[in-house]
Amino acid sequence: MKAQYKFALTACALLIVGLGLLFWAPTTRPVSAAATGGITGTIKLDGTPPRQKPIDMSKEPNCAKEHASNPVTTETVVVGPKGGLKWVVVYISEGLDAGTANQVPPVKPKWDQKGCQYIPHVIALDVNQHFEVVNSDPHSHNIHPLPKPNGANHEWNRSQPPGTPPFDQVWAGEEVAIPVKCNVHPWMHGYMAVVKGPTAVSDENGSYTIKDLPPGNYTVSAWQEVYGNQSQKVTVAAGKPATADFTFKAK
Amino acid sequence: MRVFKSVYGCAGVLILVVAAGVAALAQEAPEVGPKAPLAVKPMQSHVGSMTGHAAAAKSDYRRYCAGCHGDYGDSNGENAVWLDPKPRDFTIATFKCRSTPTGTLPTDEDLFNTIGRGVTNSNMPIWNALGPQMRADLVAYIKIFSPRWEKEKAGEPIKIPAEPPVTIESIAHGKALFTKLECWKCHGLHGEGDGPSAATLTDSKDLPIRPYNFAAGKNDSRFKCGDTNQDLYKIFMTGLDGTPMPSFADVIQPNDAWDLVHFLRTLQVNRHGKENEVLSAAHGVIPPYVEKTPAPAAAPSDNKSPGGGN
Repeated sequence: MKAQYKFALTACALLIVGLGLLFWAPTTRPVSAAATGGITGTIKLDGTPPRQKPIDMSKEPNCAKEHASNPVTTETVVVGPKGGLKWVVVYISEGLDAGTANQVPPVKPKWDQKGCQYIPHVIALDVNQHFEVVNSDPHSHNIHPLPKPNGANHEWNRSQPPGTPPFDQVWAGEEVAIPVKCNVHPWMHGYMAVVKGPTAVSDENGSYTIKDLPPGNYTVSAWQEVYGNQSQKVTVAAGKPATADFTFKAK
Repeated sequence: MRVFKSVYGCAGVLILVVAAGVAALAQEAPEVGPKAPLAVKPMQSHVGSMTGHAAAAKSDYRRYCAGCHGDYGDSNGENAVWLDPKPRDFTIATFKCRSTPTGTLPTDEDLFNTIGRGVTNSNMPIWNALGPQMRADLVAYIKIFSPRWEKEKAGEPIKIPAEPPVTIESIAHGKALFTKLECWKCHGLHGEGDGPSAATLTDSKDLPIRPYNFAAGKNDSRFKCGDTNQDLYKIFMTGLDGTPMPSFADVIQPNDAWDLVHFLRTLQVNRHGKENEVLSAAHGVIPPYVEKTPAPAAAPSDNKSPGGGN
């Protein structure tokens, strides 16, 4: 009898510990890759893209020299060889749970000024995610982001001469997207999209992949600097990524 | 007769009252328009021992400020179309003249000083005549236009160390900094506001804006944000938010900043000041700046190659 009690007691204790572990594990450990899904897709432009004007950098001889063999153009609408639209920010505008929304990626992206261009031209950042402003050029730039007035983010303007250590910066609130300019080189334009949750920026094929998204129903939005915003509803299941393609109409 | 007179009198008064009413309505109508009149929030300002109250400045704002800055503080006053640069838009709460870092709100004292000092090279006059309490009240009043004043505090004012003596070496170092930090890209090699980027400069509302011309002006020439060496120090360490002028706080050490101040003063060629005296004592020639030995660790190698560094 006693041995039976002992067995029952141990089994009970094990069960309790086991159940505890079961409930405890998913809340404290980061969501494992197997349990999450994602969204992937292609962004296309329907119609003829506006002509991208060549940029005359003769006022900054360093940059003019750097691009002498490969002249640069404006980047307001960049269409790849297969008709894919580059530099589109894709993000989740509705449906994120608080945990996923407030998770800030541990990486520190770089916003480089190189050859009098912003590299990348469009960057997606999380709220409160630190990023580095770097000047790789042999001359000064001023970094002048212009968020909408009276929001959580504020306009600032800092000079960054060559050889200056990177500036560590952060944005306080969501904003798609903050234009950035350099007053010294008026052709320099870029955008910082600040959104909570996983994001992606489309590549030259127009493709993008949003990773680490828990299964659920979402509204996914795509933003392009000339054509604005589009969104659609997507259901994400665990394991394989859902698909959401976007087509922007040329004006 | 008497009865007639009083009847006429009554009728006259009645007509006057009606006319006044009609006139009041007619005047009221365009004012109200599609926009509701602005509620005066109970904003305050603190300047020294004074406390300014927004409510106390309502009529003064309308009388002295609204003509350019607008009834709604949105820089759309009736005179604004004729002005360049445009009046400050209080609804966005971005201010040029601050003692606080770029991206932050100015202190009440900063705004108070701007009102009293006026803004040179613009249509903002010197409002010293208004008296300190009235100016403090106006500082409180302009806070009703942007919600930023309710959500945020002013930035922490930058620290300005004591000014070192003006020497030809400090001017020379300042000149080296002027070159290295590329101030000349906008302000020009001689500070005449004619640098290669000057022509394309725009402010944060995309309106053309000119860089400051140091060489213009007489002995008493002023900067946008003051006329002392401290003011000049503040201008480039905080930047003039809303304009192309960036903050150099991240990239200039405090003492180097003073050297730059001393050099910038020599660009004001018509000014009689310490800096120009030191320069004329050196026969108007700024010697080339020789970089000091940066760290003690580098000293031995410097000894081995005298005259080799540049």
